[in-house]
Amino acid sequence: MNVLNEWAFVGLFALMAPVFPALPIVIAWLFRPRKPNVLKSSTYECGVETIGDTWVQFRVQYYIYGLIFLVFDVEMVFLFPWAVAYNEMSLFGFVAGFLFIFLLTDALFYAWKKNALDWK
Amino acid sequence: MELNAISIGFVVFTIFTLGGAIGVVTTRNLFQGTIWLMVSLFGVAGYFILLSAPFLAAVQILVYIGAIAILITFAVMLTRSIARIKERYIRLLPSFIGSLALFLILLLGVTVPIFGAHAPDSIPDYVASTRDLGAALVDENGYVVPFLLASVLLTAAMIGAIFIARDETA
Amino acid sequence: MEELCTGLCSVLADSGADAGLALFLSLLVGVLLVSGVPLITVILLIWIERKVAARIQDRIGPNRVGPIGLLQTIADMIKLLSKEDITPTAADRILYNAAPLVSFASVVLLWAVIPFTPFHFGVDLEIGALYFVAVASFGTLAIMAAGWASNNKYALLGAFRVVALLVSYEVPLVFALLVPVLLAGSMSLVDIVNAQNGMWFVILSPLAFVIFYISSQAETGRAPFDLIEAESELVAGFNIEYSGMKFGMFFAAEFLHVFTNGIIMAILFFGGWMGPFYYESPLIAFAWLGAKGGLIYFTTLWLRNTVPRLRIDQIMAFNWKFLVPLSIANLIVVSFVLKVMQELGFAPGDMLNASFAELLPTTIILLLFNGAMIFYLLGILRKRGREARREAHGAHANFAQAGSAAGH
Repeated sequence: MNVLNEWAFVGLFALMAPVFPALPIVIAWLFRPRKPNVLKSSTYECGVETIGDTWVQFRVQYYIYGLIFLVFDVEMVFLFPWAVAYNEMSLFGFVAGFLFIFLLTDALFYAWKKNALDWK
Repeated sequence: MELNAISIGFVVFTIFTLGGAIGVVTTRNLFQGTIWLMVSLFGVAGYFILLSAPFLAAVQILVYIGAIAILITFAVMLTRSIARIKERYIRLLPSFIGSLALFLILLLGVTVPIFGAHAPDSIPDYVASTRDLGAALVDENGYVVPFLLASVLLTAAMIGAIFIARDETA
Repeated sequence: MEELCTGLCSVLADSGADAGLALFLSLLVGVLLVSGVPLITVILLIWIERKVAARIQDRIGPNRVGPIGLLQTIADMIKLLSKEDITPTAADRILYNAAPLVSFASVVLLWAVIPFTPFHFGVDLEIGALYFVAVASFGTLAIMAAGWASNNKYALLGAFRVVALLVSYEVPLVFALLVPVLLAGSMSLVDIVNAQNGMWFVILSPLAFVIFYISSQAETGRAPFDLIEAESELVAGFNIEYSGMKFGMFFAAEFLHVFTNGIIMAILFFGGWMGPFYYESPLIAFAWLGAKGGLIYFTTLWLRNTVPRLRIDQIMAFNWKFLVPLSIANLIVVSFVLKVMQELGFAPGDMLNASFAELLPTTIILLLFNGAMIFYLLGILRKRGREARREAHGAHANFAQAGSAAGH
């Protein structure tokens, strides 16, 4: 199988994958009772009517975690090829990868020291 | 264009990319806009697969759908009442001219070899593997300087972002 | 299923079908066969989960429908069919309905790359390990979309917490995943299993396995990280507005995800299909993989039913201040020691063709370093635990003092 055939398989898989959960939902749609009323279709908040907007303002900590995650995500993207090429790599190449990780660990410790990792 | 699996794939992914892009600029809701953006970027990942660069496709999905989408949503939720944006950006003509100019520059860039890029006469048989990429990244004759610079850039980005976003009282 | 595909392909092409059509049909058959495995397992999994939970809690569990309750899941599905499916008026209809589909599909998609036996797998992607991480990110997006589209404060809050948890624990997960990739020198899951012919990676780097195990427990939303079903603080979490079959799909996706991660761990660290006589028959190889994955799955159930839930600040602190630095340190130590050994000529340059004897010195040295790290970590944990206990004790004493002072 060449590379594109493999991905054709994955593509077909991706097309089929949502069908499997959709099937029971569609079958349920055929059989299920339908008796909607205003109260039933209202937002469920423990019997109390929703106060104000649902889209409340969130704390900044979520954003900081998201940001640190993004930086690490990009770092991992670089580290995967490095890990794959590890066996053929010279000592120089290894040290380069080591420096790469080390620099980013610095950033993590900066975040730690600035209390950016605390859930406030 | 002959009809085969690749051209069908190309059309499908183009629909994803352009459809998603249209969704981004037409929706009034920021969260739906994020989802549309992800649809568009998913289409781009498809292009990478058609170009036999599955690593880049996985990176596209991992970084954009896995991280950027989450980050945008978190950022959106930092603001208040994002669901009801009443103002409409109606400067249609300037935006139309601006995007047209950008498109023309990009078109020139890929067709005319001004920027040094030159379309290869034929597609090479050999497709570089992820292992080659990894070896080139840390090779002293390869891309080790950009590789480490990327690390410095990421570190700077993180430090800068924490500096700006962190609570002053902490 | 590759073998079957080429076989079926040629048969179809020989019988006069169009070559493209033959390929398409054979691919479709492959997809249905591979995806059949998770779909059948998930029905059994729900029963196993309930039965194990019951036994741990000293109950009997489902035992009425069918022999020892085996048909309970089928009965539950029939019950779900008769449930009314409510879409709240305030919800974003498209995203609300798409979220459970994406959530379940993202788990099923993982099975495309899982090698069941040396010759039977969906595809052997060059980037298999990265595919595993990338596809899982769709699940995260689905949870976010579900929480947002429900238009409910509890759902949104629950979704945000879960997503923050998921992205946080993805960092140590991937750093631990890098260790098998580095040892095998390949991201292909088939190569990773083959590279464990001489020695399982769990022995070469037990710490990486422990980190992977903990973070995958968090990724699947299982105790002690089960913020995903925070019924005591957020009523339920991101899926509060879902009912009927759509809720069932989130539920099934979670169960399947836990088992899938068990299988992935068996592949990455426990040699996948490897075991005595695996080369005799694909069935034996498949049984080995199932047994290893099942055993890991059982331990996650055990944990789930014995450990209480952590608070979100504790979860986050544990991840960013303990697991992430540890996973980075582990990656550095493993890669450094192995490189030094390779340069000195003690370690084989390639795990793929290395025998048990050739790997023995590497294993011993790596185990020593791992042991030293674990020893050091246990020391830190003990110190922390002692401090926490003292603090708690101090707080308790203060509270008692304040209480008695107020009484007087």
